Amino acid sequence: MQSVFTGSVYVVRDNIDTDQIISAQYLNLVPTIPDEYKKLGTYALAGLPDSLYPIRFVAPGQPVGAYPIVVGGRNFGCGSSREHAPIALGSAGCKVVLAQSFARIFFRNSVATGELYPCECADRLCEILKTGDVVTVDLDKLTVTAKATGKVYSLKPLGDVKPVVDAGGLFNYARKTGMMPVSPG
Amino acid sequence: MTLTEKIMARAAGKGRVEAGDNVWVKADILMTHDVCGPGTIGVFKREFGAAAKVWDRKAVVIIPDHYIFTVDSKSNRNVDILRDFAREQEIAYFYDVIDSPAGTWKFDAAKGPLERQYGSHYAGVCHTALPQKGHTRPGEILFGTDSHTCMAGAFNEFATGIGNTDAGFVMGTGKLLLKVPETMHFRLEGKLQPGVMAKDVILHCIGEIGFDGATYRAMQFDGEGVRNLTMDDRMTIANMAIEAGGKNAIFEFDDQTRAAVDYRCKLNGTRADYQPVERDAAEKFVHETVVNLSKLEPTVACHPDPGQRKLARELVGMKLDRAYVGSCTGGKTSDFLEAARVLRGRKVVIDTFGVPATPEIVHDLQSAWWGDKSVWQILVEAGVQMTENAGCAACLGGPVDTFGRMNAPLKCISATNRNFPGRMGHRESQVFLASPATVAASALTGHITDPRDYLS
Ligand code: SF4
Repeated sequence: MQSVFTGSVYVVRDNIDTDQIISAQYLNLVPTIPDEYKKLGTYALAGLPDSLYPIRFVAPGQPVGAYPIVVGGRNFGCGSSREHAPIALGSAGCKVVLAQSFARIFFRNSVATGELYPCECADRLCEILKTGDVVTVDLDKLTVTAKATGKVYSLKPLGDVKPVVDAGGLFNYARKTGMMPVSPG
Repeated sequence: MTLTEKIMARAAGKGRVEAGDNVWVKADILMTHDVCGPGTIGVFKREFGAAAKVWDRKAVVIIPDHYIFTVDSKSNRNVDILRDFAREQEIAYFYDVIDSPAGTWKFDAAKGPLERQYGSHYAGVCHTALPQKGHTRPGEILFGTDSHTCMAGAFNEFATGIGNTDAGFVMGTGKLLLKVPETMHFRLEGKLQPGVMAKDVILHCIGEIGFDGATYRAMQFDGEGVRNLTMDDRMTIANMAIEAGGKNAIFEFDDQTRAAVDYRCKLNGTRADYQPVERDAAEKFVHETVVNLSKLEPTVACHPDPGQRKLARELVGMKLDRAYVGSCTGGKTSDFLEAARVLRGRKVVIDTFGVPATPEIVHDLQSAWWGDKSVWQILVEAGVQMTENAGCAACLGGPVDTFGRMNAPLKCISATNRNFPGRMGHRESQVFLASPATVAASALTGHITDPRDYLS
């Protein structure tokens, strides 16, 4: 299972709600339809106001973003229960979200879908890092290392959640651990 | 145990549970709608197989309500996906937009946005429709693929929003693994004064604890003040628990709860057996707030989050471009009555939209007379653009042709529940949350206005 992720970060602030992660106008897309899953990725974080975020998470015309790691502040993913939110991020190539805290349903949906690892970090990384900085996230050692400065920040333990995301979400995990029969039906 | 713990213990088949326990609970109702239903159905089929049956066809309630009155073809298609599934699964409670079970839904833009375009089964906004259609019962567990599912906590039940994957799991198994939340205690005293509404209560509470102050937690509302709140009031308050990050909100059970639930179950022929949960002496709370309802004033949550609390009178002079009364939170009959009280015989000076949450509310407003006019007429004559097409409309923006959507960077005062950037459309637009009375008063002046100025 991949536990180490290196790449550029995309940095957002506190209280990024699900409308900013995936604008409501794109909720007509159904995540379980493969084409629409891809399309959702192209709109990931498109709801961020241009005035605050001149660099877009997914560049116009690109199928996915250039940032495997999103860095947020407090209360990341607050707002609606739309699973489209972690799915849009995952579809756009995001593997890890580092935030000071997460809203409950976003956290749960990230894990249930297996789209990404929601990791809490006590440090205010959204003020330490800027978009484009390269970091290495190690989910076993629970560290984030900033390439430019060499500084290391620690993550809170992922606990029960990691094996579920590792398995690819709730259903795969339930099958793997014998909670559900292996084949559908 | 707190009210929430008692319900979860019962649903888990355990004598007691404590905050922090992970327990498998049995669902009584699973609700889904047109935005998350198709994805939930997709998960259900992918995981349980194409021939799988839902765990209980009478416990799955499907309510299209979000993106209905739009020409967007994918949105129209999503309603058709729900219909096909409801037919295939013989879902007992599917509130279709159209009457023909073999038809397809298409919105006719040529008829305009105001005139009714739904059939006789359509129920409108899910959270308001659930109690109206007799699906909220004390002591039960309600899951919904929508964050404002917490609204049903007004009826002394555990109700919470879940994602498609969790909902797909519930659809197949009737169960879900939940962590028992810690409970925050909000004891209400006194009585709301004229011009002050339930919306002001919850905006006040969110301001007290912050927009993430209830994250992972239950918000329990009780005390003698609850008796002075109608069921509509309690719904407004419970609805916005999620705006403080709450997992659920729950109210004490009383005679009003019983009367409302019994009436609705009987009217709709839904299951009427239920067992409320009552308070006991051994409740463990992680937080205590006492709210004196008599002292509250009209309150506003400023852009860009529901925790930006100010009193309406502190914001006088803040210029606005439009006003909006609607949504599960602020589009009930009582909400429009309060707006009408302010607007009667006067004229709005900014674009003002009125979207009743459900068809029943449209009917109420058109048939309730005040003097020689219906409430609906009073609102229309005051200049409010009232649509009969009950639904979510611009509360969450939606497709660009959605009624009332902000397609430009405007400033709106709204009786809805959420004001993060872009919530009602354009990502540079701004939303100020307030009670329907404050929205109405502000519509009369074009800037934020204390509704008490208009009550005489
Ligand atoms: S009215 Fe608004 S808050 Fe209520 S269910 Fe619809 S979109 Fe959600």
